[in-house]
Amino acid sequence: MVVMKMKFPFQKRVKLAQGLWLLSWCATLAGAITFALGCILKTELRRRAEVMDNSDIHVVPNTLMIVGLASLGINYFASKICQDALDAGRFPRWKNMLKPYFAISCFFTVLMLLAVIMSYVMKGNLESSLKVGLRNGIRFYKDTDTPGRCFQKQNIDRLQMEFQCCGNNDFRDWFEVQWISNRYLDFSTKEVKDRIKSNVDGRYLLDGVPFSCCNPSSPRPCIQYQLTNNSAHYNYEYQTEELNIYLRGCREALVNYYMGLMNTIGAGVLSVFLLQGSVLVSLRFLQTSMEAVAGNENTEIETEGYLLEKSVKDTVMEYVGPLMTFFLLTNQVEEGATGAPAGP
Amino acid sequence: MAVFRLTFTKTKRDKLAQVLWILNWISVVTGIILFSLGLFLKVEINKRGELMAERNIQYVPNMLIAVGLIACAINFLGGKICYDCVDTTKFLRWKLIMLPYILCTFFFTFCVLVGALMCYSMHGELEESLNLGLTEAIRFYKDTDTPGRCFLKQTVDMLQIQFKCCGNNGYKDWFQIQWISNRYLDMSQKEVVDRLRSNVQGKYLMDGVPFSCCNINSPRPCIQQQITNNSAHFHYEHQTEELNLWMKGCRQALLEYYTHILQSIGLSVLIAWLFELSVLTGVRYLQTSLENGLRQGDLNSESDGWLLEQSFMETARVNLNIIKSLGKCNQIDTANNGDPNINIPCTSKANYGPDNVPPKEIPEAS
Repeated sequence: MVVMKMKFPFQKRVKLAQGLWLLSWCATLAGAITFALGCILKTELRRRAEVMDNSDIHVVPNTLMIVGLASLGINYFASKICQDALDAGRFPRWKNMLKPYFAISCFFTVLMLLAVIMSYVMKGNLESSLKVGLRNGIRFYKDTDTPGRCFQKQNIDRLQMEFQCCGNNDFRDWFEVQWISNRYLDFSTKEVKDRIKSNVDGRYLLDGVPFSCCNPSSPRPCIQYQLTNNSAHYNYEYQTEELNIYLRGCREALVNYYMGLMNTIGAGVLSVFLLQGSVLVSLRFLQTSMEAVAGNENTEIETEGYLLEKSVKDTVMEYVGPLMTFFLLTNQVEEGATGAPAGP
Repeated sequence: MAVFRLTFTKTKRDKLAQVLWILNWISVVTGIILFSLGLFLKVEINKRGELMAERNIQYVPNMLIAVGLIACAINFLGGKICYDCVDTTKFLRWKLIMLPYILCTFFFTFCVLVGALMCYSMHGELEESLNLGLTEAIRFYKDTDTPGRCFLKQTVDMLQIQFKCCGNNGYKDWFQIQWISNRYLDMSQKEVVDRLRSNVQGKYLMDGVPFSCCNINSPRPCIQQQITNNSAHFHYEHQTEELNLWMKGCRQALLEYYTHILQSIGLSVLIAWLFELSVLTGVRYLQTSLENGLRQGDLNSESDGWLLEQSFMETARVNLNIIKSLGKCNQIDTANNGDPNINIPCTSKANYGPDNVPPKEIPEAS
């Protein structure tokens, strides 16, 4: 049972070869674009690496870069093959290479699709990585004198101003952490001593946020300290106040940003995937129709082209079969070995 | 004495024409680049239009845009002319236009040079405009309820954050104006009333700055209020503290930014000017060599090309005379009853040979 049989007269074959040559060069360009998109995504992820706990999400841009490079090679060979296809003298030299070529090409094309699927699936992973990373960032905000954490304050401030967000889930995360270092607290004042005593762990907690949480769109000067104390500020009600500081949490802001980026890239990669798929299908049709011509003196006869010689199931068994027999054989040998001592 | 005379064979002329055709098209691209640079400068100036007072700074980008468009048009025409110069019949079509075209392009290159120089001279006007504009903006920072000034606070805050600057000359500018609106001041508190009374004009002045002046690189949380009071903060000395707030003034920051842009644009325009001048020189040589070939009667032979037919002084003198006589073209000489065909008596002495002896009169034959 042949899959997708089609008739190809000579003119149609010629047109197919020409169209395929053009299509393969477009696909080469698309492969380069995929590589570039992968690089862009990786750069963006690395820029905020300090607020991410692990780099599991980097598998998406890495895969895109590998697939982009591979598709450059695949499409270059595709253009070479279709250039030689119409020449009966040069086509036979590709005969041995075509089967592995198609196997590798299909593998990388499927990998492209997997990369797009992964970018959606890994949203949860990204979110938990950001949660832990931001929590640590906020906790070590005050440690500007500890080596390895000197720039944590700078990074968090810049992040909050750029993404217009405050804290991990929201601004209340700053109330639970001592973000003013002991170096700048005057322990001789009663106020400081009282506050530290009132806390179980001896931390200086206050209902205030750093200046980077301030919203420039607010009509009044920024209120950073005593946020929950309505009487401390004139004409101020923190329950209804929306413009004073950023209300969004940085985790939500970053996840939205990266998901938006991956959606855009995913749409581009999907179209590249379709293009690559069409190149491979056309090449397969060209190959099979040219193989039917081989041996005939008249190269202008009408031939048939197909996608797969046997049905899909049979083809899969053909490739996977050897692997299965290899595994089964090893099992049988083991059984035989264990069975032998049990024999006489 | 021709200026920079060169001899051109037919093949050399044709090659020159082809090269000039390509160079003219590159010049069209250069014109487009000039146009886009002018547009970029205009957009950048308009983006911060609220922070600049009314001054004549729009003329620089407008000039660049105009110069870019005219350069495209002139070089497009030049490309067509050079393309046709290879063919004799087509050249005759352009023969009369070529000299005026070269003159126009020569004056146009002056405009390009003026455009480049203007980029460098805009500095003073820009500084004054920014100074006045920023002073006004800081003064109206608190007026977020006045229509027309609602977004000035946001603009100034974003400016200070983006350009890492504070105030006009420095952060002390904020001490001299009231930047907290009366709407947010509790007039019932003694402290507020005291402060207002202590000021002559009744303004609420304080030694504090808005949050946008805070320096991200500071190791300690930002000190915005009571900046000059060392005892108000633990372990703090405002005279030596440099990392707490941005030290640079916004006028200087913006000026540096715009100067950088203008210098890059000025350099590009100068390079474009040099390129235009070289293309113009090539077209002049082509024109003179073709015209000399026509004068000789045979366009396929060798001919000379030059920049000017006579020396500079001679050419200037001749042109001045032409311009003077243009003014006199309507006046007819009425000395000889308006008849221009009457012989003007020769005023020079006749030359009768080396002895200078007039010939004897031949006696009439009897």
